[in-house]
Formats: sequence, C-alpha cells, structure tokens
Amino acid sequence: MDSVIWSRLLTTETLAFHIIFATIGVGVPVFISIAEGLGLLKKDPHYLLMARRWTRGFVITVAVGVVTGTCIGVMLSLLWPQFMQLAGNVISLPLFMETFAFFFEAIFLGIYLYTWDRFKKPIYHWLTSIPIIIGSTFSAVFITMVNSFMNTPAGFTIDKPSGKFTSIDPIAAMFNPATPTKVAHVVSSAYLASGFLLASIAAYFILRGRNHEYFKKALKLTMIAGFALSLLTILAGDFSGKFLAKYQPAKLAAMEWHFETKKEAPLIVGGILDKDTHEVKYSFKIPYGLSILGLGSPEGKITGLQDIPKDQWPPLFIHYTFDMKVTIGFYLAAIATLFLLLWWWKRGNEWHPWLMRGILLAGPLSFVAIELGWITAEVGRQPWIIQGIMRVQHAATSSNQVGLIFVLFTILYCLLAVICTTVLYRLFKGKGPEKELIERKWESDVEVVNS
Amino acid sequence: MNLAYIGITVLWLFAYGYLIIASIDFGAGFFSYYSMLTRKEHVVNRIIERYLSPVWEVTNVFLIFFIVGFIGFFPDTAYYYGTALLIPGSIALILLTIRGSFYAFANYGVRKNKIYMFLYGMTGLFIPASLSTGLTISEGGFITKEAGTVLFHPDRLFGSLYSWSVVFLAIVSILYISASFLTYYADRAHDFPARQQLRTYALAWSMPTILASLLVFWGLSMHNPTHFARALDYAWMFAASLVCFLGSLYLIWKQKKFGIAFLLVMFQFAFAFFGYGISHLPYLLYPYIHIRDALTHTSMGWALVAAFIAGLFLLVPAIVLLLRLFLFNAEYVKGGKEGK
Ligand code: HDD
Ligand code: HEM
Ligand code: HEM
Repeated sequence: MDSVIWSRLLTTETLAFHIIFATIGVGVPVFISIAEGLGLLKKDPHYLLMARRWTRGFVITVAVGVVTGTCIGVMLSLLWPQFMQLAGNVISLPLFMETFAFFFEAIFLGIYLYTWDRFKKPIYHWLTSIPIIIGSTFSAVFITMVNSFMNTPAGFTIDKPSGKFTSIDPIAAMFNPATPTKVAHVVSSAYLASGFLLASIAAYFILRGRNHEYFKKALKLTMIAGFALSLLTILAGDFSGKFLAKYQPAKLAAMEWHFETKKEAPLIVGGILDKDTHEVKYSFKIPYGLSILGLGSPEGKITGLQDIPKDQWPPLFIHYTFDMKVTIGFYLAAIATLFLLLWWWKRGNEWHPWLMRGILLAGPLSFVAIELGWITAEVGRQPWIIQGIMRVQHAATSSNQVGLIFVLFTILYCLLAVICTTVLYRLFKGKGPEKELIERKWESDVEVVNS
Repeated sequence: MNLAYIGITVLWLFAYGYLIIASIDFGAGFFSYYSMLTRKEHVVNRIIERYLSPVWEVTNVFLIFFIVGFIGFFPDTAYYYGTALLIPGSIALILLTIRGSFYAFANYGVRKNKIYMFLYGMTGLFIPASLSTGLTISEGGFITKEAGTVLFHPDRLFGSLYSWSVVFLAIVSILYISASFLTYYADRAHDFPARQQLRTYALAWSMPTILASLLVFWGLSMHNPTHFARALDYAWMFAASLVCFLGSLYLIWKQKKFGIAFLLVMFQFAFAFFGYGISHLPYLLYPYIHIRDALTHTSMGWALVAAFIAGLFLLVPAIVLLLRLFLFNAEYVKGGKEGK
C-alpha cells in the first residue's frame, strides 16, 4: 500500500478515536454546569453530587481528548504537508483561535476541579464552569470551520499558473458556505450525544434495581435536554441536507444513490445497489423525500450522479452510513419523547425496564451516530481533500514509513481505550452516590432507607 | 518591526513559556518517580502533586499553540518539517500521549499505580529529547532536497555529536529548572524536609547544565559555523545567562530567597534561548527556509496578530486568576484548602 492509503487510514483512525472524547469534552461540561446550577438553586444535594461525580469521570476523558487532539493537530502537518502548506495560508486563523479556546478551557478546568469548597459563595464556583463551556464549545466551532473550509473553500483566489492562493480573506474563509449548518449540527449533536451518554448511565443503575432519587433526577434532567437537543439536531441535519443540495451535490447524490437529475426525487432508505445498472433493489422509498430534504419542496430538482464526472464520484457506501445515522437520530428523539410522555401521563410508568433498556442502548448509539455522520461527511468529500481544489492523493506525505507509524498508533489507541475504561470503572465501582451522600453527611442513613 | 519578526517573536515567547512550564512538569514527573523508588515519596510528592494537578493541561496547550502558530505564520514550514519529521514527530506524539493520559489515570483515578508512575516519569525525559531534535534539524544538514522531494537523513542525526549534545542539554536543563522551581514551591509551603531534598536535586543538576551548554556551543561551532559566528555577535546574551546562573546557584547554595533564585533561573534560560533564537535567524530551516519567503500572506499574518492580541486580553486575566488561586495562595500551597 502506498503512503496515501496509510495516511488516510491513520487520519481516520485518529479522528474516529478523538471524536469520541472530543464530543464528551464539548457536551458534558454543559450538563455538569446545569446540574451544579440546579443544585445551588434548589439547594438539592443530589444535583450537587451529580455535578461532582460527572466531573470526576469527565477529567479522565478530557485527558484522552487532549492527547489525541494533540496527535491530530500535529499529524495534519506530518501526513498532509502539501495540504497544510496550501490551506495553512487561508485557514490558520480558526486553527489558531482554537488553541486560545483550549487555553481558556484548560485554565478554568484546572480552577473548577480544585475549588469545590474554596469560595465563600458557592455560586463563584459555578461561575467558573461557564468559561469551560465557552472554551470547549468554541474549540468545536473553530475546528468545524476548518472542516467546512475543506468542503466549501472560500476567501481566496487562485493564481492560475503557480496554483498558489492569492488575495486571502481569512474572515471569508472562516465563514464559508458550509460553516453555519456544519457548526450547528456538530455542536448540537455533541450536546445530544453527551446527554444520552449520561442518561444511559443512570438507566443502567435503575435497571440494576438501584432506586435512589439521585438516578431518577439524573435521568429526568438528561431526558428533558435530550428531547430538545434531538429535535434541534434533526433540524440542523435537515439544513445540512439543503446545504449539500446547493453546494456539494455529488455528496448528497452519493448518500442517496440518486443517479438521474430530476424533480420530485424520492428518498431511498436502505436497499442494495446494482453497480452496473444503477438499479436499487429492496429499498424503502419515501416519495418526494429527497426533494424535501434537499430543497424543502417536493418540486425541487436534485442533481444526480450522472451529471458529475465519474472520477469525482464519492464512494457509494455512504448511503448506508447516512441511513443508519438518520435512523439513530429518529430513535433518540422517539425514546426521549416516550419517556417524557409517560412521565407526564399520570398512569404511565416511565421507569419501565424496557424503556430503561432502550435508553441504555441510546447512549452508545448516539456515539455511533457521531462516527457515522463524520464518515458520511468526510468520505462524501472524496476524492477531494479541499473540494474542487486539491485531491487527496496530491496532499499526502511522500514518506514510505507511514505504515509503521500506523501500527504504532493503533497499539497506542487500543491501550488507551482499555486503560481509560478500566480507570473509569475502578473510579466508580463500589462507590455509588448513595454511599457518597452519607459520607459527605448530605443525607442520613434513614432517608436512604425511606427513599 | 515587520510582520515576520513579530510572528517569530510571539512564537518564540510561547516556545520559551513551554520550555519553562513543561520543564517543571517533566522534571517533577521524574522526581516523583525517583522518590518513589528511593522511598522518599512522602517527602516530596505532595508538593509536586499540589502544583501539578491544576496546571498540567495548560502546559500542553503551550506546545499546541507554538505548533499551530508556527504553521499559521509560516505555512511552508509545514511542508518541509512535516515531511521530514514524520518519525521523530510521531515518536514525540506517542510519548506525549502516554504521558498526558497516564498523568490523569494516575492522579484522577483511584489509586497510585507503579506502572503509571513509571510511564509518567520516564516519558518526561524522552519527550524533550525528541522535541529538541526539531531544533537540531533546523540547523541544516539533516534534510536535503533532491529532485523536488524533501529527504530526511536519520543516520546523520544519530551520528551527530551536536545532536546528542542538544539532547543531553534538554534533559539536564529540565531537571535543573524543575528542581529549582520545586525548591521554591516547597519553601513557600513551609515544607522544609521537601525543600531540603529538592534543593539537593537542584544543586546536583546545576553543573551538568552548564557543562551541557558548553558542549552544545562546541557542537554548533563544528556543525553550523555560520550560526556559531552569529551567536558570537550576541555573546553578551550568553554571558548574561551565565551571570544569572551563578546568581541562582549562589542563592540556592546559601538557602536564601528561593523565589529570586528561581526568577534568575528563568532569566538564565530566557537569555540563552533568545540568544539562540536571534542568532538562528533569518533561517527557519537552514538553508532552505528563509523567514521572509516563508511568511504567510499579509492579510492572514495581521489577522493572526490581531487574534493573538485579542486572545491575550482573555488569557492574561485567566492566568493571573489561576496563579493567584494556586501558586500565590499561601493557604492552598500549604495544603489548607481543597475539595475534589
Ligand atoms: C448524534 C449525532 C447525530 C444525529 C442524531 C444526526 N446527525 Fe447528521 N451528522 C452528525 C451527527 C448527527 C455529525 C457527526 O455531527 C456530522 C458529521 C459532519 C457534520 O458536519 O456533522 C453529521 C453530518 C450530516 C450531514 C452531512 C453534512 C455535510 O457533509 O456537510 C447531513 C446531510 C446530516 N448530518 C443530516 C442529518 C439528518 C437529516 C439527521 C436526522 C435525523 C441527522 N443528521 C442526525
Ligand atoms: C473538524 C475538522 C476536521 C478536519 C480538519 C479533518 C481533516 C481530514 C483530513 C485531512 C482527511 C484526510 C483526507 C481524506 O481522506 O479526505 C480526513 C479524512 C477523514 N476524516 Fe476528517 N477532518 C475533520 C473532522 C473529522 C472528524 C471529527 C471525523 C470523525 C470521525 C473525521 C473523519 C474522517 C474520515 C473517516 C476520513 C477518511 C475519509 C476516507 O476514508 O477517505 N473527520 N479528514
Ligand atoms: C469536529 C470535531 C472536533 C471537535 C468537536 C473537537 C473538540 C475537541 C475537544 C473538546 C478537545 C478537548 C480539549 C480540552 O478539553 O481541553 C479537543 C482536543 C484537541 N483537539 Fe479536537 N475536536 C475535533 C476535531 C479536531 C481536529 C480535526 C483537530 C486537528 C486540527 C483537533 C485538534 C485538537 C487538539 C490539538 C486538541 C488538544 C488541545 C489541548 O492541548 O488542550 N480536533 N478537541
């Protein structure tokens, strides 16, 4: 295999690993802050403990996020030197600003972690959670701007003979056409996945028969947020579809196996493609679906792959990754709605074991959705590393040692995954919140027995 | 001043920031492991933990900042260094990854684990060794350009006396900087047994530091005589560095004013590091990348400078707050207030 393939594999592997921790890093602080805020507002020790326990797990995952992020940051130059040389001229501003966002977050995270009981007014401690949220969310915003640029490059003109970028406008590059929809979808999905992750932990303990109020409050909080966020994410996803129809028709057509340019295009779900005749079998068709997703009206005309040169077709398997992700998206919205309905309906049992199992599953699924979404978006950009400007094979390093490096990093990530999980497991094993509430004298034994 | 020089000055400042706080961090990791081996952990480890726990992530950001900023201001460097540094860069990354994550596993996890401590302690010595090869390579001779492709010659790097002297200097400086800072920190905490122990470390590593610097000069004079000649133009900076070193050594020896002593250590390295940097210019990679040719477009350059200034308004108050809460808060340092 040549260096291009190895570089792509290593980039994919590192990003796929990083994104798990990055998502937690962006989303969980929001929930920590909400929990601590509620705890102070309602003078409820359960929420305060929730914030502490979530934080304790969070720092471990942040550490892995930081180190894997450092890896990608450096790897972009090591594996894609031509890309960085060219794009660096236009897009280094948001990359640079991202480091400031990290800085800001890192400083306040250090403060937040070690000042639980230090301020006379507890509200000051809560206030230090705000810069953490700002820092991590903005780091996601800035990095997503970089990725948007790769999809819809803007803010420069190309000097024809030399192929160099001239008259650079860094602001226009940051606010390229892909930025609004991508940023909205990435941020809302990170919050969403983090909410479901925390919900899934609470559901697990309820399933195990732990019926302390603590778990129920945690689940209610995360489900309310999960409901709102799932709708927001779907909405942002719908806008992403409209964006693609306008700016990256090849990606949308590949996602939907849409070959002929036409109006009233149906949305194809699942199915099997015949590579030669381009016929789709065994699929479920939603009439007008694609026209609505792409253009917001059944009349909309959607460009098909036949109008795109064949050497610019993205791999067609992204149809499946996209469909699976959308299915998960609707599943998440449905399960949160179900929980809220049963809670609201006096005779419903929102703690039913099957519902808890469904929520338990939703946590991991939401992370699968994040991975699938990125695979769809990144593979759908193929063969371009910068859409329409630079192809992937022209961007990769010429070194022939990438294979070796790939093996080393694979071992490293496997080790990290295993150790991180064990450390988290040990951290909480046998140290339930019930016990901790008593140890902290926030609750007496009697209360626990009664609840 | 022109844009290229503003850019490199900002970046060099951050590289210097990283040099100091990462050295404290790396050295501290080594000392905690070492004191665990020699069963003295109860003496020094508490001091080390109290300082490190809140700041380790900040350290890492300094490095990222330098790298991202460097590529932002001088995108051409991404091409040359990116191609050349695949192996050493990846090794440094793997070490950094191990270190950062194992620090968190060891300190935020449930219990101390000898293997985590070992990994955390030893990587602290190897990371600077591998990062410092970046500086070595910038001296030229290890990268060549043939028929349009950039080639890296690791055999030359491993066979070079200069390269090994830089590695040696990186390792001993780390231990020296770290020990002198921790001595000061222990002094503030009124933890006298720890202060005594750390002071011995500081004294022990002072002479090797000077020896290593001389070795580097000698190595440079042979490896890149042009750079060496330019360094002589700035001889006063290196002399000032030596004076600061002697001052700090005197204070630590006499057990007086540990704070001033550490400040002098910072000045010692500032003079040497900036002297090295100035004399290295105008080349970012000898003889391929000249600072003026590598500069990004002016609009981007100024945008980066503006972002940097805006960022400082945000960061400086935040850093002051961090320092006031943890470094200059006598009660915290002594171990009064906490809460996890
Ligand atoms: C929990 C995660 C999650 C969920 C439930 C959804 N998405 Fe998504 N989607 C992402 C997480 C995500 C993502 C990981 O954030 C992506 C990858 C790249 C990007 O910009 O966002 C993404 C990309 C992405 C793209 C490609 C954008 C581009 O390449 O520019 C489209 C068209 C959609 N999504 C559409 C949807 C629709 C119609 C959904 C309805 C259910 C949906 N997504 C749910
Ligand atoms: C947000 C900023 C991001 C940037 C700047 C970025 C950059 C890149 C680069 C340079 C490549 C290699 C070239 C290519 O094969 O097309 C790539 C590919 C890829 N990236 Fe991204 N990426 C980003 C986000 C992500 C995230 C978060 C994921 C999460 C999983 C991801 C998944 C992938 C995948 C799967 C590929 C490989 C595509 C293939 O197989 O050809 N990307 N990306
Ligand atoms: C959209 C996808 C991504 C999101 C949401 C994201 C977000 C995050 C978050 C939340 C962290 C943890 C930072 C902390 O807690 O301090 C992190 C670390 C990091 N990420 Fe990502 N990231 C993404 C993709 C990337 C890509 C493609 C790059 C490469 C340019 C990158 C570079 C970094 C770096 C350098 C760090 C470490 C920063 C430090 O030292 O604190 N990230 N990222």
